[in-house]
Amino acid sequence: MTAKLSLNSLGCVRGNRALFTGLDLALRAGGAALVTGPNGAGKTSLLRMIAGLLPAQSGTVEAQGALAFAGEQTALDRNEPLEQALLYWARLDGLALANVRVALESMALGNIANVPVRMLSTGQAKRAALARVVASHADIWLLDEPANGLDTEARALLETVIAAHRAAGGIVVAATHQPLAMPDAATVSIGGPS
Amino acid sequence: MNALFMIARRDLAQTYSGSGWLLPLVFFLLVATLFPFAIGPDPTILGRVGGGVLWTAALLAALLPIDRLIAPDRDAGVLDQYAVRGISEEVVAVAKISAHWIGFGPPLMIAALPASALLGMDADSLIRLELGLFLGSLGLAALAVTVAALVAGLPSGGALAGLLMLPLAIPLLIFGAGTLDDLQRGAFFLLAASALLLLAIAPFATGAAIRIMRE
Repeated sequence: MTAKLSLNSLGCVRGNRALFTGLDLALRAGGAALVTGPNGAGKTSLLRMIAGLLPAQSGTVEAQGALAFAGEQTALDRNEPLEQALLYWARLDGLALANVRVALESMALGNIANVPVRMLSTGQAKRAALARVVASHADIWLLDEPANGLDTEARALLETVIAAHRAAGGIVVAATHQPLAMPDAATVSIGGPS
Repeated sequence: MNALFMIARRDLAQTYSGSGWLLPLVFFLLVATLFPFAIGPDPTILGRVGGGVLWTAALLAALLPIDRLIAPDRDAGVLDQYAVRGISEEVVAVAKISAHWIGFGPPLMIAALPASALLGMDADSLIRLELGLFLGSLGLAALAVTVAALVAGLPSGGALAGLLMLPLAIPLLIFGAGTLDDLQRGAFFLLAASALLLLAIAPFATGAAIRIMRE
């Protein structure tokens, strides 16, 4: 099954305020979209809608393939060593420790695999959350501000794993303020003066 | 089914790795210790009120774990991750109720042994108390998870949890204390029925509450 994601005239209303309406997007295997817009424009809401965490007020989301979502929170147990915390999600996805190890290496976290999650710095925690997405083997990645708190090297790693994921037929939707190189990515600009 | 088992195992591991399971137990024993000081050491009076005291203590002890049942997972984004993986909120609720009962019910039943001795209860009452607590703790665990989901994310959730949970637990208290009475043989059935009702409703109420708090 090839991954596919299409949004058909999607609309979002939060607290009686229409954030965006009539949003269309179609991504095929290997496709990517960069969601941009000012604070409060609804970037996170859009990603949460695609992830199925928020109901769409109008329009539809059609996703073909497994989803992985990296939001503001890491969703990793603070008291567990990093590797064990990631392993919980990998096991839930029916994957083994080897997948976690590969994902940790891909985000250059291999040397702190045994450090408890609560000891991680902001950037390391962000990389850990991205490693959870990498380890999931999901088709569609939804990344909310993936480059936040990352240094230049880590951002290069992020761009590498995104490129690898797309080359393998995956789809990436990233909402970000930071520069993030995703060749041939569709740009979705929401909110602000149109 | 596999997801249910794994979620329950994670929750249980968290309960036993922290001091989560110990707190209600110590509270329960503390109440049992305090009552003889307040009422006096008269064995006939203590024997008469002892069972009711322990049931009230069990109810109050069930309030203590509420703030760690749902809110931490919600704040850490764990509940969102379950949803993204297509695990229904009801399955998460069943897993959490099972894990919470295992971490709450049996320890409470064990704590009831020294507690009943402190209050001078006889062997017959103790057996009925243990049986009653087994059934009652099932209902209390279901109720605690439901209330935890309802108040998660509210600013003064802890205080509200007590106001929500205690009235709903009154049937368990009435029938639970009733099982200690020789003349109320039907109390066991009514207690079991109350617990079953709570167990049946809880996954759906919890699931709905989890979905609503995402908005």
